[in-house]
Amino acid sequence: MRSGHSRGRLLTAAVGLVLLVGGFAWAVTDLPGFGHYHHRYGAYLAQHSVPQRAATNSVNVITFDYRGFDTLGEEFILFVAVVGVVVLLRRIRGEEEEGDEGAGEEQPRASESLRWLGVASAAPIAVIGGYVVTHGQLTPGGGFQGGVILMAAITVVFVAGEFMLLLRLRARAQLLEMGEAVGAAGLGVLGFAGLIATGIFFKNFLPHGSRGELFSGGFLFIANLAVGIEVAGAILMVLSELLDQRLLRRRS
Amino acid sequence: MSVYPYLVAAWLLGCGLYGVITSRNYIHLTICLTVVQSSTYVLLLGVGYVNGGKAPIFAGISERSVVVDPIVQALTLTDIVVEATVVALLLALILQANKRYGTTDPDRTTRMHEE
Repeated sequence: MRSGHSRGRLLTAAVGLVLLVGGFAWAVTDLPGFGHYHHRYGAYLAQHSVPQRAATNSVNVITFDYRGFDTLGEEFILFVAVVGVVVLLRRIRGEEEEGDEGAGEEQPRASESLRWLGVASAAPIAVIGGYVVTHGQLTPGGGFQGGVILMAAITVVFVAGEFMLLLRLRARAQLLEMGEAVGAAGLGVLGFAGLIATGIFFKNFLPHGSRGELFSGGFLFIANLAVGIEVAGAILMVLSELLDQRLLRRRS
Repeated sequence: MSVYPYLVAAWLLGCGLYGVITSRNYIHLTICLTVVQSSTYVLLLGVGYVNGGKAPIFAGISERSVVVDPIVQALTLTDIVVEATVVALLLALILQANKRYGTTDPDRTTRMHEE
């Protein structure tokens, strides 16, 4: 099956792979032993997240407060990637849809028990997602993680075969796009609000509250919420674009 | 023994790259790429682990207790987000390639492109 050309390529790759992985393995033997390296910077931030911000989840404090500016960039990577997916798939969709207008709407049905399981688990998963988003400053989680869980609720519906529900969602694509954009802009607005209120970009300008409270950590609650909305919207956009393709293929 | 987690990262990197090189299907290739990226998670979290350290969540534990490094955990979060975007874009590109060339085999799409 493979031509000589690709065998040569494989050999080259094998040499590179052995050198890279061998070099990597050799390099890590010089790292401080597992569990023995004490990071002064990490320990400092961990021990100051409660005294300085009253938020108990120091990972969340670092993500949205100490490293808030970086996270803004990270969020826009996500935003731009979703725009990229939409742009990549949109042109072709227009081309194909002309050919098969009014084609059969027959959808394969999932088994009854699978459908009920999907419908029944969607709401609890959505509640967990909402909890993870809103309690990011207190317990493990946050906007990114919770947004993905929120999306899982909708994915479960998709797996259960409720195509029509998702098609209805698809029809409201504009709302999705707006939600995503609002979420993405929300974090930026927070950064600028800090700039206006205190003169420092992404300075946590809201009262920090007290440890263990839902609204502790200043603007972390809002940041988590904005990112949660953005992530859920972003993944939903990607999923619905890919779903569109799938439905098109099925019809043609 | 103390470098074992790092060697796991190296092994994951090697496995993933081997998959990328020998892949005959773009979707398989994308999954292999995620394996490559998982090696970075293992490395980051491995570097941040502190013996006897607790999770860096100060709910119910003292502010002075020894915790694992939260910075690398935040970086791993960034890493995962980037991976998700890369996979989404790649899948969109694969769909396009499949429409244009009727195949998801990297070798065959390249050959068709040359013809």
